[in-house]
Amino acid sequence: MATTEEIRTGLAEIVNEVAGIPTEDIQLDKSFTDDLDVDSLSMVEVVVAAEEKFSVKIPDDEVKNLKTVGDAVAYIERSQG
Amino acid sequence: MGGILEGKRILVAGVTMDTSLGFAVAKVAQDQGAQVIITNFGRALSITRRIAKRLPVEPAVIELDVTNEEHLAGLADSLRAHVDGLDGVVHSIAFAPQEALGGNFLNTSYADAATAFHVSAYSLKGLAMAALPLMKEGGSIVGLTFDASVAWPAYDWMGVAKAGLESCARYLARDLGPKGIRVNLVSAGYTKTIAAGGIPGIERVENVWSERAPLGWNPTDSDATGRACVALLSDFFPKTTGEIVHVDGGYHAMGA
Ligand SMILES: NC(=O)c1ccc[n+]([C@@H]2O[C@H](COP(=O)([O-])OP(=O)(O)OC[C@H]3O[C@@H](n4cnc5c(N)ncnc54)[C@H](O)[C@@H]3O)[C@@H](O)[C@H]2O)c1
Repeated sequence: MATTEEIRTGLAEIVNEVAGIPTEDIQLDKSFTDDLDVDSLSMVEVVVAAEEKFSVKIPDDEVKNLKTVGDAVAYIERSQG
Repeated sequence: MGGILEGKRILVAGVTMDTSLGFAVAKVAQDQGAQVIITNFGRALSITRRIAKRLPVEPAVIELDVTNEEHLAGLADSLRAHVDGLDGVVHSIAFAPQEALGGNFLNTSYADAATAFHVSAYSLKGLAMAALPLMKEGGSIVGLTFDASVAWPAYDWMGVAKAGLESCARYLARDLGPKGIRVNLVSAGYTKTIAAGGIPGIERVENVWSERAPLGWNPTDSDATGRACVALLSDFFPKTTGEIVHVDGGYHAMGA
């Protein structure tokens, strides 16, 4: 099972690849839309890539609740657990 | 036993997510024995490449923006890298600017309405003509509409574009019939896809739909739509063209 930090690092790699944001900016307290400028189409791609990477399912209805990087990491952690 | 699309080569244009109606068509088509190629455009293309891996067989992914004349002109050659002909084409593409949707009907500019028409209606002709060089032995073209015979909440100029799509399909049926090509539409019930999510207020139809449809309706299940498209792609509708098949739980036939 991946640790919180491992999930954050993995997610940061994905957000970097999809949206070109430097990985060091992708911290738990950052909002995807307000701080990182990840738009809805990029968010869809981040979710698809995260589902593959962490072998989890993130339903569409859940995505809107994932406002910060921390929300997403926590969701992935719970789903893996 | 072989599937009803055994040996057939099918192009599905307009797949972004696994919720896309085009994804459902591609999946059922593969289950029924078809070789499938999928397309998408712009930034969504990289999502398509990831999502393609979730189909039973990972299909080739081709870039196609139906408003780009160069893409259309090059489509046949891009396809030839994967297939030597096509037996079916699925048009699962629609777009309207936000200003043309969600209750802004009376204030929508012509430019925004025209974009909706270009991407969502005229493109059926563009796609058909682009694929024609590969359809020498005839074939089947299937598009997706949302019942354009009535006005819906929020659907606005997309609804007007769909009326155009429905008419476009009949004219294509007229002009491609002599080449042995059938052109039909599936009028699907409200389904939660990315495109539907982009129409603020359309979810108002959700509860009415499942209440009124005699067969019931699940807006997260697009298997029925995928199957109907595959049936129309198959040899089981050899004398059907210019038709609209409703896959909506029977909603369209009920008065209340
Ligand atoms: N979701 C519904 O409730 C519903 C109901 C009836 C019919 N439909 C129709 O089904 C079709 C597929 O939509 P969906 O609901 O699966 O949503 P979707 O967002 O998954 O699919 C629409 C596709 O169109 C593509 N597209 C948009 N503009 C394009 C362009 N210029 N060039 C090429 N491709 C372009 C998008 O990238 C996307 O892949 C559309 O025609 C839609 O109107 C949807």
